[in-house]
Amino acid sequence: MHELSLLENVREILEQHAVSQQFSNVCQVTLAVGQLSCVEPDALRFGFDVVMQGSLAEGAELIITELPGVGHCNQCQQQTDLPTLYAPCQHCASPLVTVLSGTEMKIKDLIVN
Amino acid sequence: MCGICGCSQTGHSGKLTPLQGKLQPVLTIGHAPDNARLVQVEQDLLSKNNAYAAQNRHFFQAEGIFAINLVSSPGAGKTTLLVETIKRLQGRFPMAVIEGDQQTQHDADRIRATGTPALQINTGRTCHLDAQGIGLAVMQLAVQPDSLLVIENVGNLVCPASFDLGEAHKVVVLSVTEGDDKPLKYPDMFHAADVMVLNKTDLLPYVDFDVAQCLAYARQVNPNLQVIQLSATTGENVTQWLDWLVGQVAQASQVTPTRGIASL
Repeated sequence: MHELSLLENVREILEQHAVSQQFSNVCQVTLAVGQLSCVEPDALRFGFDVVMQGSLAEGAELIITELPGVGHCNQCQQQTDLPTLYAPCQHCASPLVTVLSGTEMKIKDLIVN
Repeated sequence: MCGICGCSQTGHSGKLTPLQGKLQPVLTIGHAPDNARLVQVEQDLLSKNNAYAAQNRHFFQAEGIFAINLVSSPGAGKTTLLVETIKRLQGRFPMAVIEGDQQTQHDADRIRATGTPALQINTGRTCHLDAQGIGLAVMQLAVQPDSLLVIENVGNLVCPASFDLGEAHKVVVLSVTEGDDKPLKYPDMFHAADVMVLNKTDLLPYVDFDVAQCLAYARQVNPNLQVIQLSATTGENVTQWLDWLVGQVAQASQVTPTRGIASL
């Protein structure tokens, strides 16, 4: 359940931005989570309210946008959809695919006041 | 006026969703108060850990320390492999070990029994080590220059995959008493690792484990994964593992221009 540590990082990042960008309350947090990242959106949703309790984001709405996995096929040299880390190339079925994107997990933006 | 969408409503707070490139209010919930605003953050959730990891990596490179992050599920034989490795490499170069477990000093005690300095980190409720803890442990252990540092992570094939500790390589240990499809079941770790040690090969005659299938699965997740098959208990093929380590330690110490191990 490393989602809890990640959510604690979210809280810390919010607190830092609260000082630098001068806000005291967060009403909405938008996270971008790649399809190939090691986090489970449901686990993030589950832990969010608990971790944000007592912080400036208590009661905030959590929005999670999922980013698709994309790879580069080392065989046919084309870009391919990569729904899992072991998915073969969609064009030539080669398993030799290098991940280009989809492993990200970041805070995209906030709505604050 | 709503602070986000600019409509005439005020005093509400609620969820907004992007629509046609602009933020639009979800009508059933309402609008943000007029002093609300959108703050772009675009910051990685792991940014703090990654900053500490970069600091560790810089220190290791400057000191010629070759650091590996040893990961596996519980019971794959990480500590046994480590104890056997230390026994065989003792005297070649300095070594140090950081042990991660939720509870107990058992693993660090096993390492210290070999005469090698070891520090136990008990992660408590956390299921992985993080880069900040490793930085502190390295200072506490006074890890020597031109040495081998092994970080034995918490036995867990999921969470430690996300947390860079500043190591040169993640080494994943899989044992033949586990399922041969583990690389597919836990792809994140096999993708994050550069080297896979397939351990307990002495037990192959007694278990239903298809080595070729396992390696095919592992390379499906990570085409560049280097594989070493061995038995830490019997010593079978352990030299291949030791040769790899010795080569890497030599290389790490040579990268630092002012250093170099003469006795290798």
